[in-house]
Amino acid sequence: MASKNSSNESEKDVKILDGTRRDFLKQSTLLTAIALTPAPLVRAAENGWDEKIAAVYEKVPLNIEVNGVKHQLSVEPRATLLDLLREQLDLTGTKKGCDHGQCGACTVHVDGHRINSCLTLGVMVSGKKITTIEGLAKGDQLHPMQEAFLKHDGFQCGYCTPGQIMSAVACIREGHANSETEIREYMSGNICRCGAYPNIVNAIQEVKDGGQTV
Amino acid sequence: MESKTLNKPSSSDGLKRIDGHLKVTGGARYSAEFNVAGLTYGVLVGSTITHGTIKSIDTRKAAAAPGVLAVITHLNCPKVPGYQTTTPSAKGPLKIFFDNKILYNGQPVALVIANTFERALYASSLVTALYSAEKHHTKLTDNLSKAFSPHDDNEYKRGVPDAWKAAPVKLEQEYLLPSEVHNSMEPHAIIARWDADDKITVWDKTQGVKDTQNSIAQTFKIPVENVQVNSKFVGGAFGNALQVWPHEFAAIIGAKVVKRPVKLILSRADMFTSVGYRPHTWQKIGIGATVDGKLVGISHQAVGQTSAYEDFAEGPADVSRQLYACPNVSTSNKIVSLNVGSPVWMRGPGPATGTFALESAIDELSYALKIDPIELRMRNYAETDPESGKPFSGKFLNEAYKLGADNIGWSNRSPKPGSVKKDGWLVGYGMSGGVFGADREPATVRATMMADGMLVLQTAVSDIGPGTGTAMVSIASETMGIPTGKIRFDMGDSSLPPAPQQGGSTITSSVGSAVYLACNDLKEKFHQLTGDNGNQPDYIQILKQHNLQKLEVTTASKAGAEVDKYAMYSWSVHFVVVHVNPATGVVKLDKVTCVADSGRIISPKTARSQIIGGAIMGIGMALMEEAVIDHRYGRVVNGNLADYHVPVNADIPQIEALFVNKPDFNINPIGAKGMGEIALIGMAAAVANAVYNATGKRVRNLPITPDKLV
Repeated sequence: MASKNSSNESEKDVKILDGTRRDFLKQSTLLTAIALTPAPLVRAAENGWDEKIAAVYEKVPLNIEVNGVKHQLSVEPRATLLDLLREQLDLTGTKKGCDHGQCGACTVHVDGHRINSCLTLGVMVSGKKITTIEGLAKGDQLHPMQEAFLKHDGFQCGYCTPGQIMSAVACIREGHANSETEIREYMSGNICRCGAYPNIVNAIQEVKDGGQTV
Repeated sequence: MESKTLNKPSSSDGLKRIDGHLKVTGGARYSAEFNVAGLTYGVLVGSTITHGTIKSIDTRKAAAAPGVLAVITHLNCPKVPGYQTTTPSAKGPLKIFFDNKILYNGQPVALVIANTFERALYASSLVTALYSAEKHHTKLTDNLSKAFSPHDDNEYKRGVPDAWKAAPVKLEQEYLLPSEVHNSMEPHAIIARWDADDKITVWDKTQGVKDTQNSIAQTFKIPVENVQVNSKFVGGAFGNALQVWPHEFAAIIGAKVVKRPVKLILSRADMFTSVGYRPHTWQKIGIGATVDGKLVGISHQAVGQTSAYEDFAEGPADVSRQLYACPNVSTSNKIVSLNVGSPVWMRGPGPATGTFALESAIDELSYALKIDPIELRMRNYAETDPESGKPFSGKFLNEAYKLGADNIGWSNRSPKPGSVKKDGWLVGYGMSGGVFGADREPATVRATMMADGMLVLQTAVSDIGPGTGTAMVSIASETMGIPTGKIRFDMGDSSLPPAPQQGGSTITSSVGSAVYLACNDLKEKFHQLTGDNGNQPDYIQILKQHNLQKLEVTTASKAGAEVDKYAMYSWSVHFVVVHVNPATGVVKLDKVTCVADSGRIISPKTARSQIIGGAIMGIGMALMEEAVIDHRYGRVVNGNLADYHVPVNADIPQIEALFVNKPDFNINPIGAKGMGEIALIGMAAAVANAVYNATGKRVRNLPITPDKLV
C-alpha cells in the first residue's frame, strides 16, 4: 500500500476531447506555445495527443502520511480526500454519507484535528498526517473509544461509526466532553440514523471519566 | 428455554455485537467497498422536468469527456428481457431507460460510466436533454378527490360504521403527515460484475439477498443460481432496501455495456426521490364514546400519495381495527397517483402513520371525557383480537402501560393543559400505544459443528443493523450449551439456505426459530451417535471418536397451525415529558420511556438499542422530518441532510427502554416477537399529546415545528 501510485485509469482509456476540455487547453500556457504551430496541434487533436498531454497535467503529485504510512500519489486536484482514501488507498473505513459535509460519516483527523474529508480536496492535505479509523487502534489493541463503543453499543448498522469514533476522540481532545450536554452539542455534526446517540454519549463519558489518553 | 429477567438493561449490559469489532475498526465492508478488479464508476443523470417526455438527449460531450466508457440512455439501452414481457400499460416498478416518458422529477435519464468517479461525475454534468413538459400533479391535498382503493381489502367495516356520530362524546379531526425519507446513512450502492453472458455477481445494499437474487434473475431472464448477491454489511435501510430499485438494474445494464464491473452510489439527493419514502398521508378520524369512556365507534380514513406508475398503499387506517375493543369500526385506505417517485415501506409502515391519528384522537377524547389517557385505554382494552375474535398469542400491554407510567412518573402529570411551568418552559406529559403484526416467515438454517468445536450457522439473511447475528449466536449458545465465542454466523450471501427479507420485524421470530430448531436437530444427531440423550455432548470428543471432520444439519422451519388459532402482535407504549418554550415554540424532550411487549428478549443489549433507535426516528417524525416539494416545479427542495432535518445528538436525551419480557410460545419455539417497528410506532402521537398537555395546542399536522406553537 505504501508509496503506491494508485489510479485505475490507463492511457488507452483517455478519449477524444470535448469542447470544455479544448477551451481549457487553449488557455493553458503549455498549449499556448503549441498553438503557435497549428499543423502539429491539429494532428495532435486527431491522435488525441492533446488529451493525453492534458491527462498528465491534470494530475498533481501529492505526498501524505496516512495512519503512519507515507504515500506518494498522483491525484486529480478535484478528487476529495474522502474519495482518495476510499478509491485509491482502499481505506474504506471512512464512509461516504452525503458528500456535502452534512452528516459527518467521513470524519478523519488531519494533524490531530477532526475534519469532514468529503469537504476537503486531497491536494489540501499535502504534507499532512491523516488518521482514519483504520489507524486508531495500536495493532490488536483497540483505542479506548473503540472499546467503549463496543461496550455501550454505540452503533447499530455501523456505517456512521468510524466518523462518530473519530469525532468522539477529537471531542475529548478539544476539551468539549465535560458534561453530557456538551458532548451532545459537540457530537451533533455526526448523524446516526439508527439512533445510537444515548449510547454514544455513554461511551464518550466513560472514556472521558476513565482518564485514558486519547 | 430459560427466560431472562432483564426488564431494564443499561447500555453496557448483555453480549457485545459479534460484528462489533469490524464496525469499530473500519473493517466492515459495505456494498460499495469491495475492491473489484477493473472497476468503473457510474453516475446517474436525473430529469429536470416532472412530467412529460424526452424530446432529445445530447450525450456527445459526455461521451467525449476523458475516461468516459459509455453513456446509456433510453435511445441506446440494450433490451432488458424482463421489461419486454409485461403489458405496456401495466403498473409496476419504474423501468429504467425503457422509453422517453418522464413520470417524476429526478427520474434517471442517463447513466455515465467512466474509469474514475471524478470523471463520471464531471461527464454527467455534460449530458443535456430537451423535454416536452406536461402539466404535473405533485400536491396530495389538491388531489384528494382522485383517491382510489387499489385493493379490495382496503375497505373494512364492522358493526354500524357511523355509530360514532350518535355517541354522547365525540370528535372528528383531520391529520396530515408529510413524506418522510429513510435516509439510511449508507446511500444506496451497488457493484455489478458480469462473470459470463448469463452469470452475474453483485455487491448490493439489500434487506433480502434472496429476493434481490430472484428479482435480478427474472429481470434479465437468467438462471437464479447464476445470480450471486452479496450484502455482508448494510448501513441502515429502514425499508428502503426491500425492493430492487431501477438504479440497481442501471448498474447491471451498464456493466454489460462496458464489459467491466460498475460501481454506482446514489447521491444523497437521489435518496430522496428514487428509493422510496413514507408517503405523505391525509387522515380523518371520527370517534365517539359513552360518558364513562367506552368507545362506541371509530371511523378512520386515510389517503396516501403514490407514484404515477406504481400503486403503493401501506394501510395506515388498519390500526383502528386492531387497537381497541370497539364494536363499530370502519376503515378505508386510499391512494392518489402523483408525479412523484414511488413510496415504499418505512419503519412501522401503516401503523406508524395510523397511530399518529388514532392515538392523537384517543388523547383528545380523554380530555373531552376528563378521563386519564391510560385509564381510557384500559376501559377499552382488547382482551381478544377485535378484528378476528381470536385470542391473542400473547398480550401484556396492560403491564407495559404500568411499567412505563411508573418509570416516567405519570402521576406527576397535570390533567389541565398549559398549567405547569419549570424555569420558564411549559411542561407536558404524553403517551401513546403502538402495535404491529408479529409474523413468522419460512427460514432455513444450516448448522455445522466443526472438528475444532466451532459451530457454523448459515442462512441467507441480511442485517441492516439490529444485530441479527448477535441474537442468533445467543440462541445457538443457549441451545447447544457452548460459549458464544465458539459460534460463527454466516449471512448476506444468496448462495446460503433461504431466509426472509429483513423487514416487518420478522427475523428474530423466523430465523431465530430456525436456528433454535437446527441446533436441536444437530444436538440430536450427536445424541444418536452416542446413544446418550441426557447429557451435554462433548462435541469435539464425539467427532474425534467417530472420525468425523464435521457434523451438519439443514433445518427448514415455518409457522404452523398456530397462525389460524391466534392473533399475533407486538405492542409498545411510548411515554415522553416535553418542555416547550412559550416564546419560541421550541420543543425539547426532557424524558423518554419506551416499553416493548414483544415476547422474550433474546439479546438485551441489541434489543435496547433497537428500541431507542426506533424511538429516535419517531421523535424525528414528530418534530422535524418533512420532505418538501416545490409544487411549481414538482421538485424536492430539501433533498439533503442540512435541510431535511433528522434528529442529531443534541436533540435526544437519555431514553429508557423497558421490556415486559414475557415469552410468547404460541408464535414460535423461542417465544420472541419482533420489535423493530413498534420501537417507532406511536412515538409521534406521544410527543404530540405531550405538546398538547404542555401548551393546550393540538397539532395534527406533522412535524410539530416551532411555528405551529407560537
